[in-house]
Amino acid sequence: MTINDFWIVLTASLISLCCVIPGTFLVLRRMAMFGDAISHAVLPGLVVAYLLSGSRESFIMLPGAAATGLLVTFLIEWIQKRMRIQNDAAIGLVYTFLFAVGVILVSAYAAQTDLDQECVLYGEIAYVPFDLIMNDAGFSLGPRQVWIAGSLFLALILVLLISYRALYITTFDAGYATALGISVAFWHYVLMGMVSMVTVVSFESVGAVLVIALLIGPPATAALFAKRLPFLLVLASVIGILSCIGGYYLAVWWNASIAGAISMMIGILFGLGLLIRKLISHP
Amino acid sequence: MTSQNLIDFILLREPNVLLVVAGSIILCGMSAIVGCFTFLRKRALIGDAVSHSVLPGVCLAFILTGEKNPLYFLIGAIISGMMSLLIMEGLTRSRQTRPDTAIALMLSVFFGIGIVLLTSIQHSGNASQAGLDKFLFGKAASITLEDIRLFAFSSAGILSIIFIFLRGFTAISFDEEFAVSIGFPVRWLRFALSFLTVWAVSVGIQAVGVVLMSALLITPALAARMWTHSIRFMLFLAMLFGMLSGYLGAFVSYSAPAMPTGPWIVVAATFIAAVSMVFAPNRGILAQWFERRKNTNKTLEENILKLFYQIAEKTGESSKPILEEDLVNYRAFSKSQLKLGLRLLQKKAFIQFHLSTWKLTDLGEIEARRIVRLHRLWELYLQQYLNLDSDHVHDDAEAMEHVITPEIEAQLDEILGNPKVDPHNTIIPPK
Repeated sequence: MTINDFWIVLTASLISLCCVIPGTFLVLRRMAMFGDAISHAVLPGLVVAYLLSGSRESFIMLPGAAATGLLVTFLIEWIQKRMRIQNDAAIGLVYTFLFAVGVILVSAYAAQTDLDQECVLYGEIAYVPFDLIMNDAGFSLGPRQVWIAGSLFLALILVLLISYRALYITTFDAGYATALGISVAFWHYVLMGMVSMVTVVSFESVGAVLVIALLIGPPATAALFAKRLPFLLVLASVIGILSCIGGYYLAVWWNASIAGAISMMIGILFGLGLLIRKLISHP
Repeated sequence: MTSQNLIDFILLREPNVLLVVAGSIILCGMSAIVGCFTFLRKRALIGDAVSHSVLPGVCLAFILTGEKNPLYFLIGAIISGMMSLLIMEGLTRSRQTRPDTAIALMLSVFFGIGIVLLTSIQHSGNASQAGLDKFLFGKAASITLEDIRLFAFSSAGILSIIFIFLRGFTAISFDEEFAVSIGFPVRWLRFALSFLTVWAVSVGIQAVGVVLMSALLITPALAARMWTHSIRFMLFLAMLFGMLSGYLGAFVSYSAPAMPTGPWIVVAATFIAAVSMVFAPNRGILAQWFERRKNTNKTLEENILKLFYQIAEKTGESSKPILEEDLVNYRAFSKSQLKLGLRLLQKKAFIQFHLSTWKLTDLGEIEARRIVRLHRLWELYLQQYLNLDSDHVHDDAEAMEHVITPEIEAQLDEILGNPKVDPHNTIIPPK
């Protein structure tokens, strides 16, 4: 394993750890498709931010991303209630439109943003080791993406520790949460904000579609076995990291997209999970 | 592009333009029709997952045959789309995962496999691979005559199946249990509809691309739904909206060759949907707004009329002229609201203005009695039949008096035995 391999696998694993935290709650709340919607819908916001700030610094974009995610959630709910349109169609309408606008912007300003249409779909994680942070003395402190994903992970852990109880109760029993005076709507939006931030940070590396695999796949596999939330989170994290390592070598072996291979690995692990479960229940 | 080019495009003067326009219009119109059923069956996101899932099939078809034959692509796409659909349904039925998780998982995993295959083809340097990536975002401009034949054949097949089994498909789209009870072969119909969706998606990706294909299923159907309750008219409208969006996509693809077509088709379709959501009768935002204003005004007018009646009752003089300020003292109206209500009532000739005072007309007197009568009948009904205390019945009656129809009024009158007084011992005005 060369140092470049290490950086790529580390970045992917950190991103997958970031994804597990909001992803687990999406799966438990039966809102997996909101992850799909938000990951697509942040694209126009990203392109506009690139064009305005002229920088690809993810930290600048995080607040904007969170806002876009909340806006999407709000828009979907508004259309659903006001136009009396079912939830799935409202999601489909909103996110395809925003993603289409994003792709048009990317094609129109490809030169200014360093983005191309394909990168939008499956990212460029292979370039991670070449984008290093240098200190004043000119020493490399490691790839930028590792620092960004690492700090987001720490921030998400902090949020999780602080709001664990509220997220737990609003997820499993919204009625009880209301009775305790915990705002279900507020925590819903907090979760959507987390999903948006994770999506934006992982956008350059894995793209809009494949981040859904990282958000939903490991928690869905872990949910086949885990019955308690803390164990579910830990197991999903382990599965996420295993998918990243396995996916990376699969991609190297086939000379194909790393992010694509990671999603494929997530699918394989889910299939394996189903099989093991079947063996456990009917020995 | 010059205006001459634009005219050439609109008049379809170049044979190539005709091809591109015909191709996009056929694909988008047909997808929109199939999408109506996906939409009505609340499976919009399953359509989304299927469209992402056809990518591995397209790539595998290329790897196995080594040529860019639209028929092979179609077959590959249908096989992988059906596989993904069947796995989703299997997972949901066996309760291993919930439907939304199954959809999101299959969508991203199948798409991931597709990306792995696509990038591995690209990296292998196969010269004829150029063009496979147009399946991602669509490129109407690259439609060939051979493609058009396949589109026309597919669309004709899909549409004729839909029209032959229209009654069955309609039944399962609205109420599956009802469809079972009147003897439709529901399982077959469901399978046929799923297969048609996968087929439509597998063809449609040529113009829109896999990523945004689901919009072509959802958005025109949603827009059409705003205008009508009839399924036939909805199918027709959706087709029209789809074709319009397809035409715009073709136009963009022709005038800006570097641009992918899919996103523009989606933007056009969403624009149509937005216009529909604002302007559609009954369900549109404007219609909703007018309806609400009509109701508030009606409530306001009736409350003022009732006030005239109550003042007359208290003072014992019927049709006594009242100053505007006095009206405010009796009931908390804001000044502007009161002014608006009085003006509306005057227009309807329920009240008249004379020497800075307001007075009920004969017509207004009748209307005022009617509302007070409804209010008091309802209070009595609540007290007698729901056993509410007489001091708890007023608020509910305040709301109900505006919506009770003459039929309900007659029924109330009958079951209460033609009552003379309400729970507060005030007289219920006779009809």
